[in-house]
Amino acid sequence: MKTLQELENVKNASIEDVKIRLAGAEAPKGVKHVLVCGGTGCTSSSSPLIVEKFKELIAQSGIDDKVKVVRTGCFGLCENGPIVIVYPEGTYYNRVSVDDVEEIVREDLIADRPVERLFHKPHSANETVEKTLPKINFYKKQKRIALRNCGVIDPEKIEEYIALDGYQALAKCLREYTPDEVIEIMTKSGLRGRGGAGFPTGLKWKFARNAQNEQKYVICNADEGDPGAFMDRSVLEGDPHSVIEAMAIAGYAIGANMGYVYCRAEYPIAVQRLQVAIDQAREKGLLGGKIFGTDFEFDMEIRLGAGAFVCGEETALMESIEGRRGEPRPKPPFPANKGLFGKPTIINNVETLANIPVIILNGPEWFASMGTEKSHGTKVFALGGKIANTGLVEIPMGTTLREILFDIGGGIPNGKKFKAAQTGGPSGGCIPAENLDVPIDYDNLAAIGSMMGSGGLIVMDEDNCMVDVARFFLEFTADESCGKCAPCRIGTKRMLEILERITKGQGQEGDIERLEELAHGIQDGALCGLGKTAPNPVLSTIKYFRDEYEAHIKEKRCPAGHCKALLSYSIVADKCKGCSLCSRVCPVGAISGVVKSPFVIDSSKCIKCGACMEKCKFGAIVKK
Amino acid sequence: MVSLTIDNIKVEVPENTSVLEAARKANIKIPTLCYLKGINAIGACRICLVEIEGNRALQAACVLPVAEGMVVKTNSPKVLKARRLSLELLLSNHDRECLSCPRNKNCELQTLSERFQVEGYEYEGERHHLPIDELSPSVVRNPNKCVLCKRCVAVCHNVQKIGAIGAVNRGFKTTISPVFNKSLEQVPCINCGQCIAACPVGALTEKSELDKVWDALRDDNKFVVVQPAPAVRVALGEEFGMPMGSRVTGKMAAAMRRIGFDKVFDTDFGADLTIMEEGTELLERLQNGGALPMITSCSPGWVKYCEHFFPEFLPNLSSCKSPHQMLGAIVKSYYAEKNDIDPKDIFVVSVMPCTAKKFERSRDGQAGAGYDDVDAVLTTREFARMIKQANIDFVNLPDEDFDNLLGESTGAGVIFGATGGVMEAAIRTVADILTGEDLQEIEYTDVRGIQGIKEATVTVAGKELHVAVASGTGNAEKLLNAVKSGEKHYDFIEIMACPGGCVNGGGQPIVPAEVKGALDPRVERAKGLYGEDTDKPVRKSHKNSEINKLYDEYLGKPGSHKAHELLHTFYAARPKFN
Repeated sequence: MKTLQELENVKNASIEDVKIRLAGAEAPKGVKHVLVCGGTGCTSSSSPLIVEKFKELIAQSGIDDKVKVVRTGCFGLCENGPIVIVYPEGTYYNRVSVDDVEEIVREDLIADRPVERLFHKPHSANETVEKTLPKINFYKKQKRIALRNCGVIDPEKIEEYIALDGYQALAKCLREYTPDEVIEIMTKSGLRGRGGAGFPTGLKWKFARNAQNEQKYVICNADEGDPGAFMDRSVLEGDPHSVIEAMAIAGYAIGANMGYVYCRAEYPIAVQRLQVAIDQAREKGLLGGKIFGTDFEFDMEIRLGAGAFVCGEETALMESIEGRRGEPRPKPPFPANKGLFGKPTIINNVETLANIPVIILNGPEWFASMGTEKSHGTKVFALGGKIANTGLVEIPMGTTLREILFDIGGGIPNGKKFKAAQTGGPSGGCIPAENLDVPIDYDNLAAIGSMMGSGGLIVMDEDNCMVDVARFFLEFTADESCGKCAPCRIGTKRMLEILERITKGQGQEGDIERLEELAHGIQDGALCGLGKTAPNPVLSTIKYFRDEYEAHIKEKRCPAGHCKALLSYSIVADKCKGCSLCSRVCPVGAISGVVKSPFVIDSSKCIKCGACMEKCKFGAIVKK
Repeated sequence: MVSLTIDNIKVEVPENTSVLEAARKANIKIPTLCYLKGINAIGACRICLVEIEGNRALQAACVLPVAEGMVVKTNSPKVLKARRLSLELLLSNHDRECLSCPRNKNCELQTLSERFQVEGYEYEGERHHLPIDELSPSVVRNPNKCVLCKRCVAVCHNVQKIGAIGAVNRGFKTTISPVFNKSLEQVPCINCGQCIAACPVGALTEKSELDKVWDALRDDNKFVVVQPAPAVRVALGEEFGMPMGSRVTGKMAAAMRRIGFDKVFDTDFGADLTIMEEGTELLERLQNGGALPMITSCSPGWVKYCEHFFPEFLPNLSSCKSPHQMLGAIVKSYYAEKNDIDPKDIFVVSVMPCTAKKFERSRDGQAGAGYDDVDAVLTTREFARMIKQANIDFVNLPDEDFDNLLGESTGAGVIFGATGGVMEAAIRTVADILTGEDLQEIEYTDVRGIQGIKEATVTVAGKELHVAVASGTGNAEKLLNAVKSGEKHYDFIEIMACPGGCVNGGGQPIVPAEVKGALDPRVERAKGLYGEDTDKPVRKSHKNSEINKLYDEYLGKPGSHKAHELLHTFYAARPKFN
């Protein structure tokens, strides 16, 4: 693309087609767009079949001249997938199955009568059944910037991205700003890295710009590894061009002509759509030489990772791109001075990049006006665990955890009590109920012993044992440790062994202190961020739930009733009617008794499977 | 220059110096484990952690570049705590059988644990119980002692450019291993043993043949002959606390005799013999055509490397066996006949600075007299242990000579042990032959020194001889690629598998990294050899009277049919994996 006019032409030619999906849009009677989520979650629950079925029935009904089926990226409310939205009304259908398609076509598309039985069901009394997405509590408090195009456009059509101002930011940078001015905008916006550490993006770019070298690189870190986090995947699946555009802007700012997206191979949909997008951008001349008629040239390639968690660490990631075992390098030298192939390199996370084009177009003041004093803009969180609305949410910085969990997330299912939330994945910490009202930003999370991380948010309720939660996360980091430095390689293993014995009821006096000692030693001594942060879940659970540790160690009791080895099942004689159901269901013959008189569990035989408790109609079986 | 403060001492060092090296300038020895100067600086073991003022995280001094005004603390309580934790953790997954470990009392982990008072084992847990790889004839790998410092990997990958071993698996399960958990014997390991020399602990050792040698000595029917390589005499003393590079030729011969070897011959004699054969072969190729450049073949590590990685150069290799194999063949033929001993009863023991010689002795084409030329190869380290086992007070031994007939040697033979030595020895002889004179200027200093690749043009009898010397297979690779591309033209090339040549062989006494950082064994030991050369009355191989007698009485002339039968061998391309 050599001129701005060409971009405008594409935009004007495509906007009509996309407009119908925007808020408040109107359309001639009968003209509708059926948007079907094509994110990984909905795809695995058969959304491709739903797309096919729509196309088939729409063609059969002869309305294919007016109704269009679009496969989009993720809408966010993954809990309720597969999701279908019909525009211009914006009617939002949940948990659609292939069998529902016929009804939607007949009722909604042809007869203009929404299928109410597929509407979003409220989780609480203060919520009502809503027809459209923006009215649902889940969306009300969200502000979608990084996710602005996800669930709106067809990610495999560059024209749809351009229709919604795509590549305007790149054009603006190349034509109106010097590289230094671009960096100035980034600095003023206060954008900080969304991948975990929260380093100021403008500063990072400035370091790389100041590094003297003919060859520099831009890397997009799409090696999203936190268990339960999938925002980067969703951006790549739903809006790949925003990442491409931002990388080109970054290349212009620091003086790089080549970019790499390092993405894990287990994101096949993201990889495929990104490749399609790169090809289309190249074809349109938005990648390559003489972009918008300037001397700026920029191209990019995808590099696939094998899914090692440590390869999300920037220096390990570069080692991996260079063809070596993914092990972190010591810093300094920092990538901005000596990065990929020894050249100055910036590494930005997917979500960070997705923010950039909008910041350029709307100005840094606009971005900085959102959020808290030191954390501007929004942050995407992947809600998971014991929460009603599992999915992806984007909220302004400064939103409280309570708002995220209870207003947006719909609260804890099954009437259970909230216990803690883990942010920052295995590198983060848990946040107890007492901190529910802390406004979420980088600094506040750090102050309460957790971290922003890439945005995984795992919710735990009263049934979760916090020692076991710590054990779970440590098992992950110990397994994912690259093995290079001794504190992480052996230290996390030893911590894991201690946690394992505690959850097995073999905890020893002094184990908590031993854990703390190891944790601080690993924090001080480990080579990279993975190692240094690995002990966080342990330290924060000890900090807030020390009593649970002590109960395991001293009383050999798991207060949450989770750790199997510490549980014992027994029958309350008063409640037992002697129906014998429990003894029949017991797989190991641990329950005996005479019919019509109370039964007994032989704890030496019991394997604590809980089958008896589930079967008992009188609530006579208790575990403690 | 950058100035900084380390433990309150002001230091000024060039830019890009590491904090560790800067500290050494200030006589501060920051302890290390994974660091090996010039070879491995990866910041993995976390023993060299230091505290930097204004910096929250501790930093590894081995990889941290100095910065202006930096204030470093190398022994603060926080540093000591972290350092000790790393040691405790390493020990918690270490096969702590120190008493039976070949590296007992020469183990860097042991030294550090003692220095930092690691008492008891606070963090016991699962430990590796992995199989020990003993299939290689040269190197034994015990992964249960490995501390994952990766010094071996760095030497193998970056210095030798082979990459026979690397890290596999991750986290606690990480081990150093050949690819696909193969044995070293099944990958293109060249048996150079540089990994052993790099290993701070007992995870890599030579395959010992000591028991076999003791058995032979106890067998009354065996006539046991021993021969030490040139480089052994300038390193063996180190095992007895003598300064690096001490010359102990006479004590060594005396010790061999006291141990009970029937004859104490000298591989230096074999080296002189090699020059006779190889010099003749070179002249033959130069004058009558043949593959040039001719390349030396006395380093079995290099020969195997060539077979794996540069088979196209096999015709360029000299067909000469290495000196100890030549001597072995002569012992079992000429010497046996002269003394009426059945060669089947002769047991030849070579004491070598080399682990690859253990492999070499079992190669095809190494049985000139119909019996294996050599029956056992001991490294310098094994031989030192043997001396200790025999209760010999080595340091106070009187000097003794080698036995007659195959014990005489020249200065040319002795310098074989240093890189460039074979080249210099060969030129001494070839120059005399070509000029027909007894030249007095015989020190070819261009080919001396520890530089990885050396080149020289020697003018002999009006003819220019272009020569090159490479030590370390990484340098060999560079040199051969330059020859292959036509960029370089040589007549004669000397290649040694080990950097610095045999003095720095994989079978030599192990020098702790800390000592190596201050004193280069390649330099110190080579000094000893060149000193011995200067002190020798005869310094040219063709002037060795016993050599001349051997040709007169037995072999005829160099390159004769008989000489070929006994002293020459052949090579074949090898696959990289089996």
